[in-house]
Order: sequence, then structure tokens, then C-alpha cells
Amino acid sequence: MQPPAMEARGLTKSYGKVAVLRGIDLTIAPGTVFALLGPNGAGKTTTVRILATLLAADTGTARVAGRDVRTERSAVRRAISLTGQYAALDEQLTGAENLRMVGRLARLSRAAARAPRRRTAGPLPAHGCRGPPRGHVLRRYAQAPGPRRLARRRARRRLPRRADHRTRSAQPAGGVGPGGRAGRLRGDGLPHHPVPGGGDRLADRIALIDGGRIVAEGTAAELKRLVAAERLDLTLTGPEAYATVERLLGHLVVRREPAERSLGVATSGRADHIRELLDTVDPERSLVERFTVHGATLDDVFMTLTDKEPSHV
Amino acid sequence: MSDALTMTGRSLRLSARTPDALITALAMPVMLMLVFVYFFGGAIDTGGKYVQYVVPGVLVLCAGFGAGNTAMSVTQDMQSGIIDRFRAMDVRGAAILSGHVAASLARNLAATTVVFGVATAIGFRAQASSAGWLAAIGVLVCYIVALSWLSAAVGLIARSPEAAGGFTFFIAFLPYPSSGFVPVDTMPSWLRGFAEHQPLTPVIESIRGLLLGRPVDGSGWQALVWCAGITVVSVAAAEALYRRRTR
Repeated sequence: MQPPAMEARGLTKSYGKVAVLRGIDLTIAPGTVFALLGPNGAGKTTTVRILATLLAADTGTARVAGRDVRTERSAVRRAISLTGQYAALDEQLTGAENLRMVGRLARLSRAAARAPRRRTAGPLPAHGCRGPPRGHVLRRYAQAPGPRRLARRRARRRLPRRADHRTRSAQPAGGVGPGGRAGRLRGDGLPHHPVPGGGDRLADRIALIDGGRIVAEGTAAELKRLVAAERLDLTLTGPEAYATVERLLGHLVVRREPAERSLGVATSGRADHIRELLDTVDPERSLVERFTVHGATLDDVFMTLTDKEPSHV
Repeated sequence: MSDALTMTGRSLRLSARTPDALITALAMPVMLMLVFVYFFGGAIDTGGKYVQYVVPGVLVLCAGFGAGNTAMSVTQDMQSGIIDRFRAMDVRGAAILSGHVAASLARNLAATTVVFGVATAIGFRAQASSAGWLAAIGVLVCYIVALSWLSAAVGLIARSPEAAGGFTFFIAFLPYPSSGFVPVDTMPSWLRGFAEHQPLTPVIESIRGLLLGRPVDGSGWQALVWCAGITVVSVAAAEALYRRRTR
């Protein structure tokens, strides 16, 4: 049987007295896109760095492609491609030079490292990339969308042509939140535009991490069912109404938009439940102006489970 | 090995992308040579034409400026996330650092050529056999390699490229209290003790002897032993520091 693409058991990591990871357990099936989501400081980057052999865990074990990240470091490194958040690319080099360098480091022959250059270097209009013009150093374009897309492209480039490469293009988190860049990884690993309205179609499975622990894991649909299938958005008549209803609903609130005087509440979506809820918070029928019912988004799951704003939406 | 070559290519490209640093590393020693030869040289008694005396000192000074840049490049790599990217591709620290050192050597040899050119233009005449030339270049290469590894180790200690830049200043100062610009017997005795025994003096003396076709006596071996010692210690330190920084 094929081993899991990645498997972690009881990973812990502390810096002095600060426990960053408090026991991470993960199993990622081959051929799947797996997203690790969580607020700033939740431990996403630390987890990814341990899985990528860049950091040793204090306790616990992890295997990537069946190889131990501690004792079979080189084998793990040959199986993965890491597209980092900050410097997956050498921004002092041009796009073509980056591709060639990584090709050579990935043990491609000199000719092979050079060959796909015409096809891959330069702007990628097919992906809406207005990145650096051919022959330009990337640093000057660091603000443009180019470098990161090129990074993904480059990461993909050294992957063996196997179905499970999608798992490996998962971003090393750090500032990843629902609807974040994981949303662009769906499908063949090619960069896509952000999925509007959150990352509901982003990954096959999602783990929510908070305070160094996995607080929930499953498909997007499963995670949403954990909270509620639907979300009821209430538009209130004024700022006082907003404050009153927010207080009455307390922890049921999963979404707050004070500027639009709008509150989101977890609900089953059933008519009797919505009626009852409206009667409870607004018996006078003077506070709620309008309401809409949506399928819950990952943001709702995230805020309910971690009690925090997503760090990057 | 192939990784080290790839990394050398990268470092060379990075050097070519920072022409300001290249020009500084080149212009400073050339300017200093002109200043010494035309401003001070007339007042310094070396028992011959001053330009014949000063060239080895300028070469060593030039190597100092050039190798010092290695420290800054290494610090920059360690600070940016690119190092994680390389590590995740199983590139060894040794390959990354050797790439920087090899690029430094290439940069410095180019600068050396320019210094020789200017020196010849202002009246420097080597009286060396081809074996003497080879030996002189050999000593210079050993010195550049030693200094570049030392710089790489310093680059791993420094937390910012600016801090690493301070090292260049220190290295660039070392040729003055040596036999590079003035004969050491004109120095006060406390300084003479340092100047006679610091590593740059045998390096300069042996290059001078070889270029002018004079006997080098013991200074050749001394220079090589110093360079080998500095290289071995620096490589070991760099290896240990790299491991500590990437733990």
C-alpha cells in the first residue's frame, strides 16, 4: 500500500517557554490538496518547516512519502518541493535564471535545465500574470503578482509527473487564511485566481490549526457542518440595534460587519429555527431590517472554532 | 560538487548585478595606489622606485575589499528565505558557501588584473620568470581563498549586511601595519612587532620577492602556512556556524 504523502504524530516544538506546537497529528493522503489554515502564530509555518526537514521537532515523528523527516532527510527533500512565502525565488536573478538554477539543483542536465526556458520564462499571460518582463531581475517586481506565481510554477517544475504532486505544492502557511492562496491551488497545481467568497473549493481536506493544535480537520463541507450548515445574515436598522443584537446573540455570532450593520449567525437554515431566532432577538420587529441565508463559508468555521479573525482573507 | 558549481554561477550573477560594489572594490585600491605613489611615495624611502615597492600591498588591499563583500552576500542569503529554499532542495551549506568563495575568487582575480594594468601604466615593471609569476599568483590565490572563507564565516555571524560590512573595513585596514606600504623598520618598535608577525607581511613579502625576482627566503612558506591555517579554521567555523544558524 502506498504510504501517506505526509504523516505527523505528536509534533511539539517550543522556543524557550513559548510552546509553538503542542502535539500536531496529521495524515495526508497521496494525490490530494491539503490546506493548513490558522491565525497568525498558530504554528502553520513551524509545522511546514518541520515537514520540509528545515526544523527539528522537540518530540513526535513525521514521515513524508514514507521517509522520516529526521533520519532520512535527503530522501524527504528529494520528494518535496517547497514554495516558500518569502523567498521561493532569488529576486536578484531573472525569471529564466531562477528556472535554470532550480533545474540544475534538481539534477536536470544542463540542456534540460535550459530547454523549457522559452516556454516558461517571461510573463505568463495565460495566467493573467503581468510579472517581470523577460530578462529583468525579479526584485524590482516584488510587489507585482509575478514572483509567487513563478515560484509555484518552478516548484511544480521539479516534481515527478505523479498524481500526488498536488499535495506537495501546498504553501508553507504563515499568513494563510480561508480564501487565501490555498484557494488558488485547486486542480492541477497551476496558479489560479483567488476563489471569490472564500476557499470553499480550495482543498480536498483542510486542517484548522490554533494555538499549536489541530482544532478541526475534514473536507470543507464537513468542517462547515461542524458549525452549522447555513449562516443567517441580519442587517440591522442602526448602530444601537447592531449593538443590542450582537449582545443578545453572544457567541452565536460568526461574522461581524459593523460598517454595514450586519451580523452573521450560525443556523440550520430551517424556517422554524430562523423564525424563532428573529423573534428572540427582535420581538418588537424594530431592529432587523433584512435577512439573508447563505451556505456557511470557511471563515465562519474558522471564527467559530478559533474565536479569532482569520489572519489573511 | 555540481551544486557548488550552480551556486558559483548564481553568486557570479549576483556580483555582476551589483556593479557599484564591484567598482568600489576596484576603484578604492587603484585610487590608493595612485595616492601612495604620487602623494606619499616621494617621501618614502624604499631604496628604489616606490611603485616597485607598493604594488604587492595594493594587491592585498584589493583582495581585502573584494573578499569582504563575501561576508555581505552570505549575510544577505541567511537573512532572506532563499536559504530555506536551497535547503529544501537538499543543497548543502558547503555548496552554498563554496559558491560564494569561488565567485569571490573570480571577482578578485579580475580586480587583480586591473590593478596590474594600472600599475604597469604608472611604471611598475615585474622582473619575474614565468615560474615566479605563477608562484606569485598562487600565493595571491591562496590569500584570496583564505580571506573569502574568513569572510563567509563572518557573514554567518553577522545579523545584518551592514554589520558584515564592518568586517570589510577591518580587513581593509590590515595592510597598513604591515610591510605593504612602508618598510616595517620605520615603525615604532611596538608596532613593528605586530607588523612583522601578522599574516599579511609574509604574503606581501613573498609576492614582492617573486614579482621582482628576488629571493623570498622563508616568507613564501610562512605565507602559505598562514593562508592554509586561516582557511582550515574558517571552513570549520563556517561549517559549525551554518549548522547552528539552520538548526
